[in-house]
Order: sequence, then C-alpha cells, then structure tokens
Amino acid sequence: MSVDLATVRHIAHLARISISDEDAKNMEGDLNSILEWVEQLSEVDTDGVEPMTSVVHMEMKKRDDVVSDGGYAEKIVHNAPAYEETFFMVPKVIE
Amino acid sequence: MSDLTTLTIAEARAKLDAGEISSVELTQAFVDEIDKADALNAFITKTPEKALEMAAQSDQRRAKGEAAGKLEGIPVGIKDLFCTEGTLTTAGSHILDGFVPDYDSTVTTNMWRDGAVMLGKLNLDEFAMGSSNETSYYGPVVNPWQRKGSNAKLVPGGSSGGSATSVRANLCMAATATDTGGSIRQPGAFTGTVGLKPTYGRCSRWGIVAFASSLDQAGPITKTVEDAAIMLGSMAGHDVKDTTSVDVPVPDYEAVLTGDIRGLKVGIPKEYRVDGMPSEIEDLWAKGIEWLKSAGAEIVDVSLPHTKYALPTYYIVAPAEASSNLARYDGVRYGLRVEGDDIIDMYEKTRAEGFGEEVKRRILIGTYVLSAGYYDAYYLKAQKVRTLIARDFTQAFETVDVMLTPSTPSPAFGIGERMDDPLAMYLNDIFTVSLNMAGLPGISVPAGISQEGTPLGLQLIGKAFDEATLLRTGQIIEQAAGDLPTPASWWKEMS
Repeated sequence: MSVDLATVRHIAHLARISISDEDAKNMEGDLNSILEWVEQLSEVDTDGVEPMTSVVHMEMKKRDDVVSDGGYAEKIVHNAPAYEETFFMVPKVIE
Repeated sequence: MSDLTTLTIAEARAKLDAGEISSVELTQAFVDEIDKADALNAFITKTPEKALEMAAQSDQRRAKGEAAGKLEGIPVGIKDLFCTEGTLTTAGSHILDGFVPDYDSTVTTNMWRDGAVMLGKLNLDEFAMGSSNETSYYGPVVNPWQRKGSNAKLVPGGSSGGSATSVRANLCMAATATDTGGSIRQPGAFTGTVGLKPTYGRCSRWGIVAFASSLDQAGPITKTVEDAAIMLGSMAGHDVKDTTSVDVPVPDYEAVLTGDIRGLKVGIPKEYRVDGMPSEIEDLWAKGIEWLKSAGAEIVDVSLPHTKYALPTYYIVAPAEASSNLARYDGVRYGLRVEGDDIIDMYEKTRAEGFGEEVKRRILIGTYVLSAGYYDAYYLKAQKVRTLIARDFTQAFETVDVMLTPSTPSPAFGIGERMDDPLAMYLNDIFTVSLNMAGLPGISVPAGISQEGTPLGLQLIGKAFDEATLLRTGQIIEQAAGDLPTPASWWKEMS
C-alpha cells in the first residue's frame, strides 16, 4: 500500500496539521518508505493469534466511584494561552 | 572541591552520612560545573536556586537527626518529560511553550520524598521521539565523548540524550529518563553510562508527558550499577493514579548486588547476530559471554524468531499511540497558540508550527494506520505480531534467567550524519526495541571502548519484574570491564 499526495493532505487534515505543498511532497516520500518497510509484517503468519492488549498480566484495580480530586479550576486554566476566570477562551464556534 | 562531582551516589551518600560534606557543598559543585558546560546543551532549564534551597533543607533534616531517605541530599537531573511543580516542562517541544505544571510526576514526587535535590530539566528529543537527541526544539545535545584525534561533535543517543550527557559529564549525580524503544539504554551505551529500563508497570507513568502509553517506562541513567539500584528503589512503586502501574513489592535493590551469579543461566539469542554487525561489537559480545562464564554462569543458546519484526511493529504501534496522545496539543489548554480564521484553522496552524518534522511524521503515520480501512492491515496486524514477539521471550525464559546482547549496532555517530534518512535512524534501536514490545526490563552497562575511542555497551534482558537479576548480573559485567576511561572535559574551554 502506498499514499499519494491527496492522501497525505487528507491525513494531515485528520491530524489537524496544516501542511505546505513542499512539506506534503517530502512527507509523501517519507511515509511511503516507512510504509514499504513495515510491509514485511505481512509475511508473518498471524492466523489465530490474539492481538496484544496488555504486556503485563494483571487484574485492573478498581477504586470507589467517588470524587477524589478537583476543585482547582483556576490552576487548570492558568497555563492556557487565553482564559477568563475559569474558562478557556477559543475563537467563536457558533454563529 | 571539584572532585565532588565525580562521586557516585553511593560514595556521596557515605560522605553525607559521615558529615564530611554537606548537600549544599555538593550541590554548589554541580551548579558550578553546569555553568561551564553550555557547549553540551544538556539542560533546557537550570534551577540553581531551587537546588540550593532543596539542599539546605536536606542538610537541616540531617542536622535534626531525621531518618535520611535513599537519595537524601543527592543532586539529580530530571528529563524534561517529567512534570515538575512550578518549573517549566517542555518535552523538548515548541508546542509546550511556557507550560508550568502545578504538580509533580509520581516518579519525581517519590524522589523528593527520598531527599533528592533537583538541578534542572534535561534536554531530550521532541516528545522523546528520536535516537540521537537531534529533534529537540532546544537544539541537539552533544556527547561529552569525541573520536580519537577528532573534535567533531557526536550525538549522545536519544531520546534521553540530556540525561546521559549530564551524568557522563558530571553535571548531575544521576538522572531520570524514559524508554519507549531504547531511549534509556541506547544513550547509556553511547555515553558510557548505565541505563536501566524497568518492567512496564514498575514505575508510575503519571505526570510524565505521554508518547506511546503501552511502551513508555521511566528509569534511571547513572554512573554505576549500584547507583541504578539506588535510583530505581526510589523511583519505583505502585501508584493509584496510574492503573497500569503494578502493585507488587519493590525489592531492596541494593541488597541484591551480591556479586554471586553462580549457576545463573544466561541466554544468547542467535537472532541478534545481525548481518553487517561490526566485528568490534561481535568481539565485545563474546567478551561479555566469557566474563559471565568465568563468574560461574551457564551460557545457553536461545532463539527469538520474531526479532526482525520488532522494529517495524514498533513503528506502527508507537506512532499510532502517539497520534492519539498528541491530539491534546491544540492551542487551547496549554502552550503555543497560533491564531487562525476559525477554530479548526487555529488548531491546524498551532500544530503545524508547534511540532517538529519527526513528530509530524509520526503523527501522520499513526493517523494513517488507525484510519478507516487501514486499521486491520496495519495496527491490528502489528498487535498480533507483538503477541508473537512476547511469546518468543516467554518461551526462551522457560530455560534461561537472563539474556545478554549488545546494546547498539554501532558506537555514537556524528551530529547530522543520519538526519536525512528516518529509516537509518530507526535502525539504531534494533537491539533495544524488542523488549519494549514485551514489556520486559533491560539494562545497558558500559563494557568497552570502540576503535574510535568511544564507549560501547552490553545489554541484559530480564524476566518481568526481575530487575534484581539484571542489576546483579550487570554489576558482574561492570567489574569485569574494569576501569574504563572517562571523556576529556573539552567543553569547559568553550564557555
């Protein structure tokens, strides 16, 4: 499988990264050489093999379903590029 | 007093305990060395005031007769992937400009609890994506080592290049690091330091900037195996804030360094004998086998048939997880924002400017392999191959206790030499990446010097949660290798 320029642009949009024509062209070459290289996995017989979900066999611990953290919204927002009181500020999304 | 910076943690702790030196004296010695080492570019943020304040508090605790922690008064460097309360945390990326966390990672919290002193935040590949520390927004880190008769700058390896360089150049006594595909062990090998990647789940990932969550694991880079044991004892432990941290007891790692490996079964995986492996790497491996044999270990040939598929599997799984983890950098909650025509345009411009080339490359690969129509062919296939890689290890560990391999296929290379070809760069991790796929622990121990006059390392791979055997066996290699040279401090003349 290989990607063309239109696919590179589509993926970049899905990933929300704007990309110049020149960068898209370079990326097309890079991505294709990486994809061609990972293609060797197709020679591995994986019939009946379960996909890995966790490297460590363990029972996931559960905690009581109670509030254990929070109550400091002002600390959360102060790293934002734009905020007012305890709200993140973003460009208008609804007319 | 400049000799203070060449001490190991164990030596410094003994002097502190005996009252021969204070933590403030020790810390000041490092602060002075750091100021002479700007040419190495190992630090993104220096925190001398904080360090001296923490050192003074440590001295006060000792004066009051309070029980000294494992790292009481020991000055350390922190890879800038660990969140630190009140101190800039960048992950080596432009997109985290100005991010000052209000909390510490669990690993650093554990170290402060044990009395450690923070000298600053160490440079790294952007979001820990790289094998040479050349992808940092803050510029490449330089290896303290140079080739014989050359002053060309060499890479320290990556992604924990700042950690490895600063430990080797005596800019800190030990450093935290993280390993997703080799990022602790490969820089350890390139700089002549000990790099320990613990079992997945041994150290909490909470508060560490995420790259590939099913692979990332924190560990130490130190001068000696004993220091690695001390550091791991502080960093490790179960954490309710990370559901993948495992609730098993943390052994007393210092007590396991008995020097006795008689009867230990050491596996030699034949698939690590790759085509075109330099003869000096092959010779070093043979030497390591001899060392362990003469210490009473039994050498056993083992096979890990899916080894060659580990790296391509990694380059599907890790970018897939990274593309998801890095979705959070959108110019809204922290870091850089580049204004746009609307919110989507703002996201796209922010991420285009904030991420470097390698990070973008991996996000795009990850987005592609997870996208509709390709998920089964790439991601699901890779996770199945991963099961086979892990099964190889499980089967081999039925007959052996530990495995010995080289750490890297070559010694440190020059800055800029391998930046044009992403695939050639990825091949650096050929010996380190398999065990990440299986969640297993590994350690790189300095074992020799290349024909170029630069360090080479040997890697030990252990069973899950058996870091103790790695440390005990690693110390045998360290002792057999003897006193290895240290680099000439050329960087001091450049500042």
